[in-house]
Amino acid sequence: MPQMGESIAEGTVSKWLKQVGDRVERDQPVVEISTDKVDAEIPAPASGVLAEVKVQAGETVEVGAILAVIETEAAAGAAAAPAPKTAAPEKRVEAAERVAVSRPTAERRPDRGPGDGPDRPSVQSPGTAERESRREDGKRQAVEERGERRSTPLVRRIAAEHGIDISRVPGTGSQGRVTKHDILAFIEQQAKPTTPAPVGRPVVAPAGDVSEFWYRFYDEVRHPEVQIRDTDRVEPMDKIRRLTAEHMVLAKRVAAHVHSFIEIDFTRIDQIRAQMRQKWEGEGVKVSYTAFTLWACARILREFPRVNATISGDSIVYRGEVNLGMAVDLDPGLIVPVLHRADELSLAGLAVRAADLAERARTRKLLPNEIQGGTFTLTNPGVFGTVVGMPIVPRGQAAILGTGSIEKRPVALTDPATGADVLGVRKRAYFSLGYDHRIVDGADAARFLSRLKQLLESFPEQA
Amino acid sequence: MSPRPAPSPQSRVSEVYPAGADLQVRVLGTVPYADGLRLQEDLVIRRRNAEIPDQLLLLEHPHVITLGSSTNRAHLRADETTRRALGIEVFETGRGGDVTYHGPGQLVGYPILDLKPDRKDLHRYLRDLEEVLIQTLADFQIQAGRKHGFTGVWVNDRKIAAIGVRVSSAWITSHGFALNVSTDLTYFDTIVPCGLHDRGVTSIAHELAWTPPLRAVSEQLIAHFARVFARHVCVV
Repeated sequence: MPQMGESIAEGTVSKWLKQVGDRVERDQPVVEISTDKVDAEIPAPASGVLAEVKVQAGETVEVGAILAVIETEAAAGAAAAPAPKTAAPEKRVEAAERVAVSRPTAERRPDRGPGDGPDRPSVQSPGTAERESRREDGKRQAVEERGERRSTPLVRRIAAEHGIDISRVPGTGSQGRVTKHDILAFIEQQAKPTTPAPVGRPVVAPAGDVSEFWYRFYDEVRHPEVQIRDTDRVEPMDKIRRLTAEHMVLAKRVAAHVHSFIEIDFTRIDQIRAQMRQKWEGEGVKVSYTAFTLWACARILREFPRVNATISGDSIVYRGEVNLGMAVDLDPGLIVPVLHRADELSLAGLAVRAADLAERARTRKLLPNEIQGGTFTLTNPGVFGTVVGMPIVPRGQAAILGTGSIEKRPVALTDPATGADVLGVRKRAYFSLGYDHRIVDGADAARFLSRLKQLLESFPEQA
Repeated sequence: MSPRPAPSPQSRVSEVYPAGADLQVRVLGTVPYADGLRLQEDLVIRRRNAEIPDQLLLLEHPHVITLGSSTNRAHLRADETTRRALGIEVFETGRGGDVTYHGPGQLVGYPILDLKPDRKDLHRYLRDLEEVLIQTLADFQIQAGRKHGFTGVWVNDRKIAAIGVRVSSAWITSHGFALNVSTDLTYFDTIVPCGLHDRGVTSIAHELAWTPPLRAVSEQLIAHFARVFARHVCVV
């Protein structure tokens, strides 16, 4: 009965997994022991044949008692002694060591440490009358196995309190004894990785990448079931739908969503488009309003590092690249390809890349890396005529820009010549910025939107 | 036990997931008991082969009565007809302990941990599990504690969490604990919980005036588990 814990004195054999005569391999479970609320499998210490079962199922024995005898091949061959039975020394160390203690022979190895037994089985003659004394000897060996020979009870207690296997501690005392100084030094050295953190402090998320930890945990999104009626049609979600559903729930759960709005005038953009139409047509490039907006975002995100960042655990991760996600409607479905390093592209270059990604998104030809790594996202439901939206901030990002439909509106203007208030007709749209208030404050968002407005309304000619 | 196994290709592999490093948490929702058993068996083998890090499975079971290795059949109170009427299955399992009940509203945790090399102590493992549960309950202002000689977690004389574990020959744990969050406690009338006649059961909802969602309890529990067992919760 091996030592299964500092305070465990006995165990009950609940089930023999091998019968007498069965072949057993080293480390294979042989018997099940139960103590208190624990069932434990006991492995064979050596390969051989189960020769004798000493404790039947249901019996309770003390730690150190012999449970069974395994006859190893080596010993079976060398068995010359009368009534030979070979104990497997390492596992039931008790058995082998009993010989050493009670019948000094050439096999005696008093300094035998744990682990050097299995290849040297010893021979014993287990007279049944010796059972009691054998138990005693067994217990003693069990104690020695625990390291008493190499340490004092105090040291063992310290080791137990800190969950340290004493055999791992280098001993500097006589005959390699582990002294109090040794164990304390070992604990100090190992303190960070092996000492269990003190319990009872208020809850904080565990060490490691906390946001990933929560994501991992939240990854198991469960969508509550609803009652299904006779006239309903039920079909499983496809992959895109499932991922979208999961992503949106997680994104909304984690980020502290706020939305701010601004109205953008597209007069200047229309001027540029008119100027450049011929040139772009010659190059076969179509530069949409969306391309202008993407270019402007890419341009100013470097000025607003927190908008191009995310929170991870106790840290803020400022993204080194400006990678713009752009939501593409697949009808049904939604996918967000990513324009990597968008800030390095010219307006026309960006327009070409965006058109290519959108086209390949619709024909489902995107590569995996083309939908990953976004640091900021643009969604444009305005093309369907909606005026304003409140988009969800994608996971791992701080903000998303939603653009409303661009339409002609009557607006109050100041006549530059006379300084008088006049009514004019202008192409305008509402832009909404959805942002994670954990990292982006309201003023940050307002500054970002104002800067975006300013850039779009005074768009540079050489973009 | 072999405290110092000879170096083998296996032990080199195990360096990939050394004991005491990462903890992968799997939140599984409602899992039929038989499926849970199979999953655990599979994970124990994979953990032993160091193919995966330590695991913590969190789940709920449909109504089921399970018999531990030391179960006295007399502790099964409801007869077959009653059990069938209540939709309760009965399973014999390889965990320690007496009879218990699992059902909706109960947070079941199955840690698949390698206790080698520094936690090879079964009592310590039980006390550690209790510690995790006690700390978790404290977050909900429930003062729970241990009862000497009666493994589990108690609120006064009422049991709020049951523990029954199994340790494989390679010191890999399975089975674990069951914490009553909003369990319908009347189901416990069909058994003598853990074989104790004169003690009642309780749940978090029963102790509080409200019912925290299982997810909230899980979150607290994961944090305490990681701390008590000195594991890093990881993404795999």
